[in-house]
Amino acid sequence: MSFTGGTVAASAAALREGGVSPQELLAEARAQFERVDAEVGAVLTQTWELAERQAADAQRRLREDPGAASPLCGIPVALKDVLCLEGVACTAGSRILEGFHPPYTGTAVQRLLDAGAVVIGKTNCDEFAMGSSTENSAYRPVRNPWDRSRVPGGSSGGSAAAVAAGMVPYSLGTDTGGSIRQPAALCGVVGFKPTYGRVSRYGLIAFASSLDQIGPFAHTVEDCALVYSAIAGHDPRDSTSSPTAVEDPMETLRGGIAGMRLGVPHEYFGEGLEPGVRRAVEEALRVLEGMGATLDEVSLPSTGAALSTYYIIAPAECSSNLARYDGIRFGMRKEHDALLQMYLDTRGCGFGAEVKRRIMLGTYALSSGYYDAYYRKAQKVRTVIAEEFAAAFERVDALVCATSPTVAFPLAAREDPLSMYLCDVLTLPVNLAGLPGVSLPCGMADGLPVGLQVIAPRFQDARALRVAHAYEQATGWHRARSPLVEATA
Amino acid sequence: MPLTPEDIAHVAMLARLGLSDEERSRYGAQLDAILEHMTRLNDVDTSPVGETAQVGELVNVWREDISQPSLSVERALANAPAREADFFRVGAIQE
Repeated sequence: MSFTGGTVAASAAALREGGVSPQELLAEARAQFERVDAEVGAVLTQTWELAERQAADAQRRLREDPGAASPLCGIPVALKDVLCLEGVACTAGSRILEGFHPPYTGTAVQRLLDAGAVVIGKTNCDEFAMGSSTENSAYRPVRNPWDRSRVPGGSSGGSAAAVAAGMVPYSLGTDTGGSIRQPAALCGVVGFKPTYGRVSRYGLIAFASSLDQIGPFAHTVEDCALVYSAIAGHDPRDSTSSPTAVEDPMETLRGGIAGMRLGVPHEYFGEGLEPGVRRAVEEALRVLEGMGATLDEVSLPSTGAALSTYYIIAPAECSSNLARYDGIRFGMRKEHDALLQMYLDTRGCGFGAEVKRRIMLGTYALSSGYYDAYYRKAQKVRTVIAEEFAAAFERVDALVCATSPTVAFPLAAREDPLSMYLCDVLTLPVNLAGLPGVSLPCGMADGLPVGLQVIAPRFQDARALRVAHAYEQATGWHRARSPLVEATA
Repeated sequence: MPLTPEDIAHVAMLARLGLSDEERSRYGAQLDAILEHMTRLNDVDTSPVGETAQVGELVNVWREDISQPSLSVERALANAPAREADFFRVGAIQE
């Protein structure tokens, strides 16, 4: 039996029934990687030796006490290359970090290691997680497993594609304005961005600290819930990590949605939505209604200003966070006798075009004379956007809408920066308000996957997963696999 | 109000980004287009609200001031592009 393209839950069950060993799962992952990654480009750094040791360790744990072992024990995973794993090269998709080997492991990754995860490598991404197509990787673009002439979305395009191409059953990504949910939608997998503060950012290379959040990709909502359970929870090493108790999403996952009130934000169904995406999402709404949920149209009036708000706040934070790449303590350096010229040359050569553009934009928005008009104003609009979500959640339990206004687009189709920024117009308001959001497959348009987004109030991560799981189980889109995965489901 | 070449040079210097002439003119035009889009911020009445710096409800997260293990000098210096003894090596700071 092949596990390629299978789920975490299925592998976990087979590991306990003796149907497969961690080493065999690893060998399958490696075989699939070798078969397809030359045309996908999902992985930047391979860690097979580490994985072999982890698989042997997992085997021991499963043999000694299978009941105590985590569902993730012995299961292969790939990590977005912005997540630090001690001793393993970490580039953030940037030349400026070429050769950097983190001296420590981040909390979310450590929690996976503690659970017995088998790490096969670090995945390709837009440089410093800035982008919506993974074309901003300084190394190579990632190609969509459904159609290699198209992008996988971004910035976690490698993590999404690694799952969609069957290399691993799950992966970790990060989401600052949609960088988990949008590539999940474009690659036909499930992606989950937890509530801001639920997953520690310690050991995550920072892009925009008030927006960044780590989360999983997988083929099913249940798998995402399993991974979320493993990585969520307070961490004293991240001062923005919430100390409130994490509810177990597995307890309510199968509770169904009968009697739930679901909000349909009408601003999210505007003219930018492709007809095929609209059709699939509207059909999904009818399915949800058929399962006993009540649909209510709601309004989030400031949605039109969310993109501007995000593209002030995120670049402002990035311009500050990326000041640390100065050629002194780590990463590349362009030698020059004069310190200032060394900074200018190192940063001018080390950063790619989009990163430089955002540093320029953020520096400008924070500079004397423009701070009030841009940064302070954006922070106030952020308050309004969050309050509008809160008002909507007084009437409804969750919101449902499209994840991405379009399906996967061809490589090099969006050279204009603003047209690329519009990819995240339906996902970035969720980051501005710190809410949990899931994207899951809800159909196909022109042979390409469409994603449905479920948004819940802060700390109602379990509710978002419950709604998503109910829809998924009622439809079966999650069983569709890209052409790179041989039929296994 | 479009950005002048002087504005672009000023911002690039603030950000310590060495840009080519071609990059300066390209970023100038692109930032103009992006900032034009940003005028939509003014569509939202923000007079009744304060600023959101963070969405968490946490304030003043403290910890006890006790020393804990941290990176050794060797590990902290391991990624340095240039080192001298137990220090990061840099060029002259004063002209």
